[in-house]
Amino acid sequence: MYSHNNIFQTELWKGGPSPGQFYNFPGTNYNNSNTGGFTAPDIFGSKRSSSPITTGTSVIGVKFDGGVMIAADNLVSYGSLARYQDVQRVFKINEKTIIGAGGDFADFQSLKRSIDQKMVEDMCYQDDIDMKPKSLYNWLTRILYNRRSRINPLWLEMVVGGMQDGEPFLGHVDLRGRAYEDDVVATGFGKHFALPLVREQISNGEVLTLNQASQVLRKCMEVLYYRDCRAISKYSVAVSTAQGTIVQGPFEVNQNWALATMIKGY
Amino acid sequence: MSSIGTGYDLSASQFSPDGRVYQIEYAGKAVEMSGTVIGMRGKDGIVLAVEKIVTSQLYEDDAATRIFTVDKNIGIAIAGLLADGRYIVDIARQEAANFRQQFERTIPLKQLTERVSAYVHAYTLYSAVRPFGVSVILASWDEEQGPQLYKIEPSGTSFGYFACASGKAEQQAKTEMEKLKFAEMSVEDLVQNAGKIIYQVHDELRNKDFHFEMSLISKETKGLHRLNPQPWYDQAVQAGLAAKNEDDSDNEI
Repeated sequence: MYSHNNIFQTELWKGGPSPGQFYNFPGTNYNNSNTGGFTAPDIFGSKRSSSPITTGTSVIGVKFDGGVMIAADNLVSYGSLARYQDVQRVFKINEKTIIGAGGDFADFQSLKRSIDQKMVEDMCYQDDIDMKPKSLYNWLTRILYNRRSRINPLWLEMVVGGMQDGEPFLGHVDLRGRAYEDDVVATGFGKHFALPLVREQISNGEVLTLNQASQVLRKCMEVLYYRDCRAISKYSVAVSTAQGTIVQGPFEVNQNWALATMIKGY
Repeated sequence: MSSIGTGYDLSASQFSPDGRVYQIEYAGKAVEMSGTVIGMRGKDGIVLAVEKIVTSQLYEDDAATRIFTVDKNIGIAIAGLLADGRYIVDIARQEAANFRQQFERTIPLKQLTERVSAYVHAYTLYSAVRPFGVSVILASWDEEQGPQLYKIEPSGTSFGYFACASGKAEQQAKTEMEKLKFAEMSVEDLVQNAGKIIYQVHDELRNKDFHFEMSLISKETKGLHRLNPQPWYDQAVQAGLAAKNEDDSDNEI
């Protein structure tokens, strides 16, 4: 939206820093194009992201009667180190849309800045029209697929949810641009541990109530805490209903270590 | 008009011998022709209001709006040439977006004002450009800073205000504002007074028709800049119409 009207600006701020760079006054001839081959090829060629660095683990989303819920724990790991233990990984995007992110957290933070700016642009139109979850979901698939096609993916696995024209919407997008919608979705380890637990509850085709949904997510987070070595016991939940969106928590999962004394051989 | 500034009024890059830059003053004249625009800062909210003069019945009601959203909790009202104003709003949005990109939070209004007024000022320095024929009123509200109000003149000077006005009836509006105590004013009072002032300063003899426009930023709007929000819009119009009828009946006696 704001790429035009640059005729005078570039001249006015000539010599000033562009974002993330240093002042470059005429005559100083400072070379700051040395980006280590990440943004432009250097003498060794160019580099791509081939693994995530600071990561979040599973995200789980469920539809319930009249809304959507997304849960994730509050941990961002550095390899196997539980480095940041008080980080929100589920977010309110606007009154209709919520999102949860696993994978490279830096990639997500940079992506979220773009999403937040889109929401501000929506407001600038002053027409009370907000982006709906399906639009965000689709936009994310385009961004992620584009990056994977350049063989430099944003290392993310995300759950997008919200209210689409009065109906609950829930979708999953990942680093390859793969995307699908379902009544219950999960990322990472959650796909193996949490999905079966939720599917068991809705196997008879019945729709969960808000309370049931929050109970089953609690159970999922508990199981994941026990079995996923990259999970912690603290988690947050984003909820979207016709009334709006809200992020709740942090909550603590139930823990019972009485069993531990019976385990031998470690 | 033809005698003033003779020989020194063609370029913004030249002073007159008595130290004036006529192009800037002419830009000020463009603002004086515009419908009146006001901004008022209350205890826990801020309001912008506009007397939008309807030049043709064929326009839609929301055509040629003079109030714009720049960021979630920042609004701008424009007096003067609308096309110039829209361009300034675009610059302000770019500045706000750039700040957001770098710091992941909303730009403080003081900084936004500084950036935009530096930009407006740059257009008073060169012979190749003309100054902007606009007076820009910027408003914001947030939980930490409370209400904030700034005005940028065509010269690029800017100040912070409790209440300010621009356009046709700037003087008259300021006189009305000076009677009010803004520091303890509630959102309801603020909105009603905004309606009153705009309806009072409207000159029915010179411009038959006008459209009242207002925006509000406060806790009640969830800290968002909202254009013509209900129920406050109706409150303002009612207060305005009541004030106008009172004035009219005074005249008859």
